[in-house]
Amino acid sequence: MGRLGTRPVVTDRSFTLRGVVVRRGGRAVLDGVDVEIPPDGVTALWGPSGAGKTTLLRLLNRLDVPDEGTVSYGGTPLDDLDPLRLRRRVGMVFQRATPFAGTVRDNLAVAAPDAGDDAVRAVLARVSLDADLLDRDAETLSGGELQRMCLARTLIVEPEALLLDEPTSALDEEPRRVFERSVTDLARDGITVVWVGHDEAQVGRVADRVLDVSGGAVTPGTVPGGDRR
Amino acid sequence: MTVSLPGLAVSLLLVGVAAGVSLAWRLGLELSILWAALRALVQLLLVGGVLVLLLAPGRSLWWSWLWVAAMIAYAGWTARQRAPEVPRLLPVAAVSFLAASAVTMAVIFGLGVLELSARTLVPIAGLIIGNAMTATVLVGRRLVGELQDKRDEVEARLALGQPSSEASRPYLRAALRSALTPQIETTKATGLVFLPGAMTGLILAGVDPVSAVLVQAVVMFLVLAAAATTTTVVSLGVVRRLFTPDHRLVVPTRSGG
Repeated sequence: MGRLGTRPVVTDRSFTLRGVVVRRGGRAVLDGVDVEIPPDGVTALWGPSGAGKTTLLRLLNRLDVPDEGTVSYGGTPLDDLDPLRLRRRVGMVFQRATPFAGTVRDNLAVAAPDAGDDAVRAVLARVSLDADLLDRDAETLSGGELQRMCLARTLIVEPEALLLDEPTSALDEEPRRVFERSVTDLARDGITVVWVGHDEAQVGRVADRVLDVSGGAVTPGTVPGGDRR
Repeated sequence: MTVSLPGLAVSLLLVGVAAGVSLAWRLGLELSILWAALRALVQLLLVGGVLVLLLAPGRSLWWSWLWVAAMIAYAGWTARQRAPEVPRLLPVAAVSFLAASAVTMAVIFGLGVLELSARTLVPIAGLIIGNAMTATVLVGRRLVGELQDKRDEVEARLALGQPSSEASRPYLRAALRSALTPQIETTKATGLVFLPGAMTGLILAGVDPVSAVLVQAVVMFLVLAAAATTTTVVSLGVVRRLFTPDHRLVVPTRSGG
């Protein structure tokens, strides 16, 4: 994994939300949410479109802040954590792949300018991308490759937790399965994963637990199918 | 060379031509054209009157500085009106006009290119602030547009732990480039395509063409420096307003059109 010496000692990596309210245009998207997201495995946030799943996810790395209530990571309110360090500990992959200008290598360098060649190749292998792609213009990658490059770009920072916002919604079945496998492997390696999804079959495949997000509330749900992986 | 009052009245025929075009094509702009022409005439007469007062022998230069301050305030207000999507632009614009004035005047007056007097200060400040105002509107709108269009990319950079100053830099550079390019293009085409205002005015007023050309060259360089200084100050100032201190992007989403 490399650079372990720079990692803070992690004792608790759970997310806790207490009394969280988020309003958009006078409407409460999240209305008094009390929930805990444990550090192990894949937690899926599941619910209809517009239910507030993405909003909740964005609270976890402080891309948004709640109007009321507290979000904590590892027992510490996010207000008390340096947001830049928090975001390096809690990485995020967005619904729409967002390549930066330049090659795959350039993209990884935006995240980790000092990463050596070995680290770069290792992170590509972790997301099942060929190292030959390193010098390809990121814009020329296929949708599946692009989203896995975004995952690699997040992983090269060595986060403890991963927030995934419907990361495969634009992918076909095959690249979708490859992405899922990469993520479930990461979870097995000890990375906390929070996955926003609305595809029942996919949630059934990847999730260790489900939180239903609906009508501004978040409640424990059941993993669809139950015969995961 | 002077224009007599009857001459001025005759020149209003040209406004009539513009209004006539609007009537012929039923553009509905005739009232607008007449109002704009009338307003410009009144404004120019007022400014002329103020200049007569400022340039009166023995008048303190402080009155001219006061006039410059008033220009800065009015230009800031105008910039805000023209770029309503840029949050709290007025103070940023005012600071940028001050910076542009300071930089350019330090060279022009400080290094003795022109002698500091009411006759030079007021028109030079007008040139600087007028051009700075246009550049402010351009770069402010462009920067907000850029961050709205590239919101996903900017947030992806923030999510990697980049501070807002770093995450916004590629988009800030794009905005700066697009705000400065027209100015550079204009500078390049000067003389070949059009004779700029200052030079035209001087030649019409009877100044020999070589002197007019030299003044115009100074004016052009001044405008270039003013635009560069303003766009830099405005973009840095506006970027700070589009992010929170905890590095969240708070640029308003684009509302239709």
